[in-house]
Amino acid sequence: MMHKLLTENPGERMLLLGNEAIARGAIEAGVAFTSTYPGTPSSEISLQFFQISQESDLYFEYSTNEKIAMEVAAAAANAGVRSMCVMKHVGVNVAADALMTLAYVGVKAGMVILSADDPFMFSSQNEQDNRYYAKMSGLPLVEPSSVAEAKDLVPYAFDLSEKLKEPVILRTTTRINHSTGVVELREIRKRIPRGDFIKDPLNLVTVPAVARKLHIKLLENYDTAQEIAETSQYNFIEGKGSWGIICNGVSYNYVSDAIDELNIKDKIRVLRLGFSHPLPPKLIKDFLKDCEKVLVVEEGEPYMEDAVKAFAQEEALTLPIKGKSKELFTRLYEYNPAQVRQCMVKFFGVSYAPSEVIDLSDVPPVPQRPPTLCAGCSHRATYYEVRKATEGMETIFPSDIGCYTLGLLPPLSAADFLICMGSSVGTSGGFSTVTDKKVIAFIGDSTFFHSGIPGLINAVYHKHNFTLVILDNGTTAMTGHQPHPGVDMQKLNMDGYGIVSIEKVVRAIGVDHVTVIKPYKVKKSIEAIKESVNYNGVSVIISEETCALYANALKLPKRKPFHVSDTCKDHKDCISSLACPAFYIWNDRVKIDANLCTGCAVCAQICPENAIRPVKSEAQAQGH
Amino acid sequence: METKRLVIVAVGGQGNLLASSVLGEAALLNGIPLNMSEIHGMAQRGGVVESALVFGDARSTIISDGEADVLVGFEPAETLRALGKCNADTVVISNLAPLMPFTVNIGQGVYPDLQELQKLIRSKTAKLIAFNAAALAKEAGNVLAVNMVLLGALIQTDVLPLTAENVKEAMKRKTKQQFLDANLKAFELGFDEAAKAA
Repeated sequence: MMHKLLTENPGERMLLLGNEAIARGAIEAGVAFTSTYPGTPSSEISLQFFQISQESDLYFEYSTNEKIAMEVAAAAANAGVRSMCVMKHVGVNVAADALMTLAYVGVKAGMVILSADDPFMFSSQNEQDNRYYAKMSGLPLVEPSSVAEAKDLVPYAFDLSEKLKEPVILRTTTRINHSTGVVELREIRKRIPRGDFIKDPLNLVTVPAVARKLHIKLLENYDTAQEIAETSQYNFIEGKGSWGIICNGVSYNYVSDAIDELNIKDKIRVLRLGFSHPLPPKLIKDFLKDCEKVLVVEEGEPYMEDAVKAFAQEEALTLPIKGKSKELFTRLYEYNPAQVRQCMVKFFGVSYAPSEVIDLSDVPPVPQRPPTLCAGCSHRATYYEVRKATEGMETIFPSDIGCYTLGLLPPLSAADFLICMGSSVGTSGGFSTVTDKKVIAFIGDSTFFHSGIPGLINAVYHKHNFTLVILDNGTTAMTGHQPHPGVDMQKLNMDGYGIVSIEKVVRAIGVDHVTVIKPYKVKKSIEAIKESVNYNGVSVIISEETCALYANALKLPKRKPFHVSDTCKDHKDCISSLACPAFYIWNDRVKIDANLCTGCAVCAQICPENAIRPVKSEAQAQGH
Repeated sequence: METKRLVIVAVGGQGNLLASSVLGEAALLNGIPLNMSEIHGMAQRGGVVESALVFGDARSTIISDGEADVLVGFEPAETLRALGKCNADTVVISNLAPLMPFTVNIGQGVYPDLQELQKLIRSKTAKLIAFNAAALAKEAGNVLAVNMVLLGALIQTDVLPLTAENVKEAMKRKTKQQFLDANLKAFELGFDEAAKAA
């Protein structure tokens, strides 16, 4: 069956996830070259591209990191092929070096850079506001308020990019990516997957003399973009009242709903900015002149608010303009409809009685369901073994970005420091230099390829002293099992891929002490880890075992589940040191849920009574 | 068109997202405006999945505390956890078959008493329809059809601008053919159970 996003039926209405709508928008725009490094909340966009590339001439790659994703796409666009690279907000930090000068060099065919911001940090380490990347690079930025608009903004961004001959940033927030709405399909522009590169070094090689010239061009483009923003259909005014609201993105939805609920349509005038870099000065100034007072509603930083206040100053306007303040809007987290409504009530002095909130004071605390490492997760085994091997040692565990970060809570307590992708390795060099503690870093396989390798080279070069544990579960697990350079794509029946061995890379870097362990073999692994952590210098342990969830998805042969037999003397070592979610307590005894148990047998190996045995009967599977 | 706000809470793996997508398809087929959003909370790793569905002309895709017209909980403790979404006029539908949080299994928390939980919810909202949806799913021939049982109960309450026929048509389009009969049966059982509670 054809991929649903390739449907050629203009006018058809389809219910799509925001990320599907964005991918469809790109297809309608004739995108021919796509790249990404996976990251929530952007991941489903690239999943669509990946699937579509299997059945069409669309090129797609899971690049090794976001910088490379941007570079390959930049080259395609400079060879005349419409390209798009997709990443989460912090991914743009990785790609920022490419971004800042690509802005100077520009593109020949349209190029769209998607930045998926994550206010509230549903699955991110910070909630940076990437509109500032547009300001810093000088590139145009557009941002949608709805799923339908997200789709339509993609072709708009491509056309804008081709008009200005520079990339355009499409910025979303999680509430766009992970919302679902109805979109109307438009025609699909024909993909042109082949291009040509014309030598033009005096415009394309950014030596200082060239770059000085290109910066002039960038500023000229900025002026042109500003003019386009003045009349863009994505910057519009609604209403004729004298109370002004300037808003963007999902905030516009909350403002619109509040206007209806507060019944203040006659009093309000809304300026929605969807083309928000460069901001349109004339449009904003004229808007301000028609208002008595203005409220700026934007999640994140006061990006528009600061600019609006500066525009007011230029016109010597003294009307009150408010946004972020202790009394009104916060810079924290994502907004919600009631919060926006309440700030509008306060700022404009509207009377409104919200529906009464129910009293929750007598509701008992509900036990938490924190996300946890899966039953049978190989990371749990490795963490247990490292803790055993280092009993009595003072340790520091720098960690990295991935599922394995979930090991930070007791009893595993296997993460002590984390800032960004690859930081486990880099920070280990610092910790081991200035402390006397044993530093053991953890990094996943995909993250190692993404940005762990330069850190490891640095450590070998500077003769740092730590152990790096590479948790190789054969996939990019956290974001939905995307492949990476260490994955054997032949096994997935996919041709046209090479394979890079982590072990060979580590040895080639010059790490002298390299150990490969199979973490489900507890005793052997502990011995190997002991030896590695006692090595003076940089040692690497590669812990190889397929992600349990992924193994399930691949329908790999299953191991038999285990049960707790009568010989159990209730030490509870299993539960208190592993905390596998397949355990439960029934009538004060430990039981194993046979439906969750993957048969990894790690608990069976640590039980002092050898009481944990493979299930052989239905009664045992039922926990008897 | 009057706006109706529905919050669905579930534990990862209970089929919340499929239930939402069936309701979405039903709305699409009937030309009813709908915006919805999901928070997965690392569902595959044991977390909570929350969906917000806003029917009608509103533009927001999320629902603030105290503003749900209907709350459907696929798991009793999760229904209780989401009580803040409700107000005195909210209709609440809850499965009564618990899925023990891992924290309780290892002794780091106490699961709420089910009688007490129902009493609490009933005292604070307009109506609570609570029953063992897992048992009905089993009776329908698919233990995973808890979501369809609860959809049946939801539609019986008539709070949303959707009919049973709308939703069944959407189920035909959105759920797997091999499970369709069991799913339709599950929907009916949930519908009838809610009618009994009325």
